[in-house]
Amino acid sequence: MAGSNPNAKPMNLTLNVWRQPNRHTQGKIVEYKVKDISPEMSFLEMLDVLNEDLLRAGQDPVAFDHDCREGICGSCDLFINGRSHGPEKGTTTCQLHMRKFSDGDTITIEPWRATAFPVNKDLSVDRSAFDRIIQAGGYISVNTGGVPDGNEIPVPKDLADRAFEAATCIACGACVAACKNASAMLFVSAKVSQLSLLPQGQPERKTRVENMVAQMDKEGFGACSNIGSCAAECPVGISLENIAILNREFLTAKATSNNLA
Amino acid sequence: MLLDSKIPEGPLAEKWDKHKFNVKLVNPANKRKYDVIVVGTGLAGASAAASLAELGYNVKAFTFHDSPRRAHSIAAQGGINAAKNYQNDGDSVFRLFYDTIKGGDYRAREANVYRLAQVSVNIIDQCVAQGVPFAREYGGLLANRSFGGAQVSRTFYARGQTGQQLLIGAYSALSRQIAYGKVKMYTRTEMLDLVMIDGVARGIVTRNVVTGEIENHAAHAVVLATGGYGNVFYLSTNAKQSNVTAAWRAHKKGAFFANPCFTQIHPTCIPVSGDYQSKLTLMSESLRNDGRVWVPKTVEMAERLRKGEIRVQDIQEDDRDYFLERKYPAFGNLVPRDVASRNAKQMCDEGRGVGSTGLAVYLDFAEIIQRTSADAVSQKYGNLFAMYEKITGEDPYKMPMRIYPAVHYTMGGLWVDYNLQTTIPGLYATGESNFSDHGANRLGASALMQGLADGYFVIPYTIGDYLAQTPPKPVDTQHPAFAEAKAGVQARTEQLLSINGTRTPDDFHKALGHLMWEYCGMARNAEGLRHAKAEIQRLRKEFWSDVKIVGTGEELNPTLEKAGRVADFLELGELMVDDALARNESCGGHFREEYQTPEGEALRDDEHFAYVAAWEYRGENVPETLHKEDLQFENVKLTQRSYK
Repeated sequence: MAGSNPNAKPMNLTLNVWRQPNRHTQGKIVEYKVKDISPEMSFLEMLDVLNEDLLRAGQDPVAFDHDCREGICGSCDLFINGRSHGPEKGTTTCQLHMRKFSDGDTITIEPWRATAFPVNKDLSVDRSAFDRIIQAGGYISVNTGGVPDGNEIPVPKDLADRAFEAATCIACGACVAACKNASAMLFVSAKVSQLSLLPQGQPERKTRVENMVAQMDKEGFGACSNIGSCAAECPVGISLENIAILNREFLTAKATSNNLA
Repeated sequence: MLLDSKIPEGPLAEKWDKHKFNVKLVNPANKRKYDVIVVGTGLAGASAAASLAELGYNVKAFTFHDSPRRAHSIAAQGGINAAKNYQNDGDSVFRLFYDTIKGGDYRAREANVYRLAQVSVNIIDQCVAQGVPFAREYGGLLANRSFGGAQVSRTFYARGQTGQQLLIGAYSALSRQIAYGKVKMYTRTEMLDLVMIDGVARGIVTRNVVTGEIENHAAHAVVLATGGYGNVFYLSTNAKQSNVTAAWRAHKKGAFFANPCFTQIHPTCIPVSGDYQSKLTLMSESLRNDGRVWVPKTVEMAERLRKGEIRVQDIQEDDRDYFLERKYPAFGNLVPRDVASRNAKQMCDEGRGVGSTGLAVYLDFAEIIQRTSADAVSQKYGNLFAMYEKITGEDPYKMPMRIYPAVHYTMGGLWVDYNLQTTIPGLYATGESNFSDHGANRLGASALMQGLADGYFVIPYTIGDYLAQTPPKPVDTQHPAFAEAKAGVQARTEQLLSINGTRTPDDFHKALGHLMWEYCGMARNAEGLRHAKAEIQRLRKEFWSDVKIVGTGEELNPTLEKAGRVADFLELGELMVDDALARNESCGGHFREEYQTPEGEALRDDEHFAYVAAWEYRGENVPETLHKEDLQFENVKLTQRSYK
């Protein structure tokens, strides 16, 4: 069936894929060939083709994380040719399409590389460290019910818009994978910014940032050295400005906090 | 078995308040003696787990995702309805109720829908308090937009990512309870069976998808918030892993399945580009606020366009047929989804479709861009336009989008009573996994509303009523029913692994999806449905003798997970066909070609089919039994829906 571009020619590609049976076993790069790949395919559909070929040949398909394939769930997490989510700016792996590659290309596909993200199998990694950071304070403590009317908490539009921009983080981990220190600062800063900008977030403003940063350190993420590759590789464009906000929030909290924990 | 919907007595507007007063309460000191299992962490599951934990119950929550925040609710784009009447445009609880009942083509329960409209206003308040960054006006107050099937502006939104923001709100509430130790969270853990003891739900059997470990979990009650079954069609807007397994296994343990044939085909999705296609991507319905849907007026022109002899820009205004505006002047491009989808199909069937396949219509933004600016359009729809360009390689600021209907949502699901309890005592179903609120067609921006209504504001009350009547004795997994259920799950896994056939699970899934789309999709007829039934039975047989899976059950094995889900879809598919065959009328998303008005609109038969079809499982390869719950309409008059 023809795609939107009837002139697109199928491609043959060489894939160098990281294979690792489980967390405790050493992995290695294995080479595969895929043929007749349509430029209209998504990157993950290309991997589907590889996996169907492997399965039919009685070999173990490549495990990778994915779900919505619309760039919003944050599941997909491939390190393609040395870049988080591959060559296209502002794009998750699932939204990357093969028209960004050429016939005859060799593509190297690895999992996120960070101590805090151990490999489950092949390209699938464990990002539960992110959940634990949110559990440490990435929320506003309100129970269900008993809250004021939505319009009783007015939020200036520019603040609401900035909070929204920070809140669009999909927790994929591309920032950590892109960072030479495997730092999670961009992820943490996005949540801290969102909640510290909003009036609803003020009561817990100090304890939140202290607790989230403490958990971040505990998980084994590296420190930030202001290179900015995290923001450059972020598929949803979380701004580096958030890290500045995080640093300010953290210092202010530490200087004035009565949090004894 | 007589279906008792347990709808409270009294006037519609007072039912829920009276019911909340009449339900039994668990005293605060006793709540910690009860364990509740919540399966699924989307809007319905995360909100329920968090709210129940806040009340003091011990909650065990399960998701097959690596994090609760990845549930498919996250992909919802356009917005969430609430009867706030912030726009002073005549909205009210009754109007939201009325629009939802009418939009559902009079196949939903009045009492449930009215309650949904009532609590809709609380949802917005709750989400704002959590820090959900809704769109705002310059004065700092909440903004609204319009959606299909309504003439008021009641949809709250966060750009084109409303589902993401609401889910992160619920996820943050859930995370807080995990930190407090009130919720024990099990990620990458899939539910594979329900455990019943003495006729009531007492636990579940799960598989850790990373280690393969199969485990039992006991509780005083089980809540399924496991989403819809749209992936039975293989191609749908659902996430790749969305599946019916948890609900289906509960169905096979005795929970009735209601209105399985009511599936929603969403009109604005990016068309299929090739047979490698793994899923379809929705373009939010909110785009129909400003986008105009059209096809060329003549078949000849459409043909030349498809062949590339002319470009879309070459088609003059007079040669364009804005068919929704022409046929439905009152609602125009904002007719409900089922109507918009059928009309798009009709245009393509007439040969006026566009794109190289001819299976697409245009959604054009030229007028709004001219009237306002590209910047203004980007403010509203920027992320959607970017997503469209990534997928198609075409710039929607310069060219109209090509769109085509795709499977999006399933109104059917586990039958529940007013308390959201299934036909199994102690087993509840919330959100898309139940059937309760959308009748035969769901209105846009109502799925988020229902998921959060069920989880935040309904289940916390109704489950208490059940638990208060259950002794607070500790539960464990020592009962032989657990060992039996676990052995069943293990045997099934081993059986799947031992077949070693020639066809992949995806191969079977695609074949099933093709049958469902062709014969049980946008339009159905008795002959096609009978054909599909026989084909599905044949396919299911082949699956169990020829499916190919490699590897073991003791590792991360996505092929094995997939095979288990496809096996369940192969059973559900047949039930959907049976349901479509039994419903000899057209209503909402269920369009039987034999039953239509002279203008080609759905022709309901209220005298014979104003009921909920609830199906009872009776064993392998035994036809299921149909039970009917008659729908009583005391507050709305049943009319033919007209959006003209």
